[in-house]
Amino acid sequence: MNEPKVVVVKHEHNGGSIRTYTIGFVLSIVLTVAAYILTSKGTLSGWSLVYILGALAVAQLLVQLIFFLHMGRESRPRWNLTVALFAVMLVGILVFGTLWIMKNLQYSHTHQLTTPSQTDQLIIHDEGYGQ
Amino acid sequence: MSEAALERQIERQEADAKSIFGFWVYLMTDCVLFATLFATFAVLRDSTFGGPGGNDIFSLPFVLVETLALLTSSFTCGLAMLAVRRRDRQQVLILLGITFLLGLFFLTMEVTEFHHLVQEGNSWRRSGFLSSFFTLVSTHGLHITVGLLWMAVLMVRTAKQGLGRTTQRQLTMLSLFWHFLDIIWIFIFTIVYLMGRAAV
Repeated sequence: MNEPKVVVVKHEHNGGSIRTYTIGFVLSIVLTVAAYILTSKGTLSGWSLVYILGALAVAQLLVQLIFFLHMGRESRPRWNLTVALFAVMLVGILVFGTLWIMKNLQYSHTHQLTTPSQTDQLIIHDEGYGQ
Repeated sequence: MSEAALERQIERQEADAKSIFGFWVYLMTDCVLFATLFATFAVLRDSTFGGPGGNDIFSLPFVLVETLALLTSSFTCGLAMLAVRRRDRQQVLILLGITFLLGLFFLTMEVTEFHHLVQEGNSWRRSGFLSSFFTLVSTHGLHITVGLLWMAVLMVRTAKQGLGRTTQRQLTMLSLFWHFLDIIWIFIFTIVYLMGRAAV
């Protein structure tokens, strides 16, 4: 007689709960309102405001990835995470690469420079890099 | 449940998991699309060509309301997915209905803002800054529009056919899409609207 084989049907239980969604929602609201108040009160300005707003946005990105998209809770192999990290790399190269090149180009444009290395020298001189 | 039936069920679950993974890959490539638009905006933000800059034309309280509406819709969409897991059809319809209305409210506000800008002569033709602004924000708005249409179709489907396997899979994908759009909007809110006030 055949013994009945025990098969565990794995439920995709990475859906979170009311609790995790509520925590994510409250944290998101707090982070959004904090960013708004910091900006509208005008207590900070310039680069310090940009950095703090950037940090708040990244914090909210993580909150929503964890509490709404349930990242990091999938079982191995973690293909979702792998693809996401690859996307992060692409986004980084695209955004920082674009800003870097365009800043360089703008320098050479405004100062009538011809070679990239001349432009680099000028940026190093003007911005005080490497000193 | 017989062994054969169990195996069939496992096979189906694996097939669904693969489709959802495929959709996730699409979302990540969509990230790259938005990254190009963000980079373009960052480069052109000061190219106002004598026209207005962000501080002259954006209303922060207006955008905060938009943001909170979209954020709440992301939350109710998550709650709808919990109801899907409980197989509670009525709850799913109510929560998706709320999500839909909040999304529609967001879209209406965005179109109102665009209409207002164009009326005042600040359309995408005014400057490089405005071209990149309209491209970035309306690409997001277009995604929201598609999401709303998809949501409407799935609500009709849920109401008529119940929460079958295909509907459940589609709803899972839609919720990923909707949370993703919320995340993109957080960056639009921060980079386009708030960081403009930093004046650097």
